[in-house]
Amino acid sequence: MFLVNYIKDVLSGIKSLATGMKVTGWYALHHRKEKITQQYPDNKDTLVLPERFRGEVVMPHDEHNEHACTGCTACELACPNATIKIVTKFDIQPDGKKKKAIDKFVYHLELCTFCNLCIEACPTDAIKMAQTFEHSVFDRTNLTKILNKPGSKIREGIE
Amino acid sequence: MYRETEILKQPGAGEPDVFGDMIINIGPQHPSTHGVLHLVITLNGETIKKVEPHLGYIHRSIEKMCESLSFRQFIYVTSKMDYLSSHINNHGCCLCVEKGMQIEVPARAQVIRVLMDELTRLASHQLWWGAGAMDIGALTPFFHAFREREMINDIMEETCGTRLTMNYMVPGGVMVDVHPNFQGRVHEFIKHFKTKIDEYDELLTGNVIFQNRVKGVGYLSKEDAISYGCTGPTARGSGVSCDIRKLYPYEVYSKLQFDEVTETGGDCLARYLVRMKEMRQSLSIVEQLIDNIPEGDVQAKTKAVLKLPKGEYFSRVETARGEFGVYIVSEGGTTPYRIKFRSPGYSNLSALDHMARGGKIGDLVAIMAMIDLVIPDIDR
Repeated sequence: MFLVNYIKDVLSGIKSLATGMKVTGWYALHHRKEKITQQYPDNKDTLVLPERFRGEVVMPHDEHNEHACTGCTACELACPNATIKIVTKFDIQPDGKKKKAIDKFVYHLELCTFCNLCIEACPTDAIKMAQTFEHSVFDRTNLTKILNKPGSKIREGIE
Repeated sequence: MYRETEILKQPGAGEPDVFGDMIINIGPQHPSTHGVLHLVITLNGETIKKVEPHLGYIHRSIEKMCESLSFRQFIYVTSKMDYLSSHINNHGCCLCVEKGMQIEVPARAQVIRVLMDELTRLASHQLWWGAGAMDIGALTPFFHAFREREMINDIMEETCGTRLTMNYMVPGGVMVDVHPNFQGRVHEFIKHFKTKIDEYDELLTGNVIFQNRVKGVGYLSKEDAISYGCTGPTARGSGVSCDIRKLYPYEVYSKLQFDEVTETGGDCLARYLVRMKEMRQSLSIVEQLIDNIPEGDVQAKTKAVLKLPKGEYFSRVETARGEFGVYIVSEGGTTPYRIKFRSPGYSNLSALDHMARGGKIGDLVAIMAMIDLVIPDIDR
């Protein structure tokens, strides 16, 4: 009786292994069609990231070097890790009035967790997420970025 | 309360014998713990006498951190706890804040939330299946599981913008509407995964080596599962009915057709089978909802600064590992006074000692694989 059970065990073992090997064998024969890996640095030209991909926060400027940021600090308040720091200044208008504007929009990429809360909070859509993702640098200070371009000013009509 | 078990009642149980016993450490840097978990094991020969988990290597004091974050901000932190079911963690927090603010979530947002939850559950179980099989010694399933998981990650990336810690749910709904390609991609995934899940069974479930590794290993009785506070597939493998989606339905779960999967084996194989069947259930939930997303808003109108009224609020959801509870004490301000998270990993880990006692040291890896531990969830 022991011998019968033993042979039964061996046969069922072989059968179960063959079932698994059948799947492996199928993939061995169809490996060309089923290729799913991507060769990352080589496919850089064809790599398309979805438009909602959260790579880093950027501030889009138009052709007149104008942005839409009013310096309301809503993003600064929404950020959970103090990634954004806005330094404001007062511009003198042609009619002599003072107007608040951003001096520096400091963005610490090294602190950012890409939670998208600042983009949600922005009332004027001045900032958005970019699709860049290669952020490695040799010096940590390079990750602190000033998002508004030098000499840029706020677009007309945005309050 | 520490429960006296049969193994504990044996004379000399749990006491290290200075001459005969050996104490070895598994971790904190060990590939089979999937994180920085430190287990101090008392061995008699190859038999385990005691397993003592040492925690705290990845403690980030998330509960304390949340006390300084506003009710919108603290939600994103919870996706760093159980990073494999981050959507579901965020969901639990959103439910708790919505309960306090009495926000009515639009129907479309509810369905999107449930869809995302189930896709996350599928991705989490796929990773468990691959990594668990790899712990036990089968390397092929790892690559098969990651192929399907990649499809879900791509869907998430397209709609939410990130692949793992999404932060897609906000109090009052979801952040943005789903991507126009969402339904098509999910249909593609369902069609693909329906054939592949049978392949999963073919590859591993019936395999004789796998069966011998998990059958009868790490037995946990129904009473012990309840007394240790196990939830999720760990408890359902012992026959405890504890699915929050069935017992305390939230969002649209009460309108859906799905079964609560329970097995009565109580061993590692039962926990394995529960998760495999749960994958099919999640797939059927996704199938039911994907064509029936109602039209409308995805976010209820809320104030920019949320102030929870003074009081205590509790909500719970079913993550891929068990029950996740959020308890908020609010003093009426913009930040919570105290937050407590009840994470499933901690309670499930506390039963590890009981499951492993009397077994061999090789079985410990199988037991840990089938509990599906996520260490940041345990340490928080």
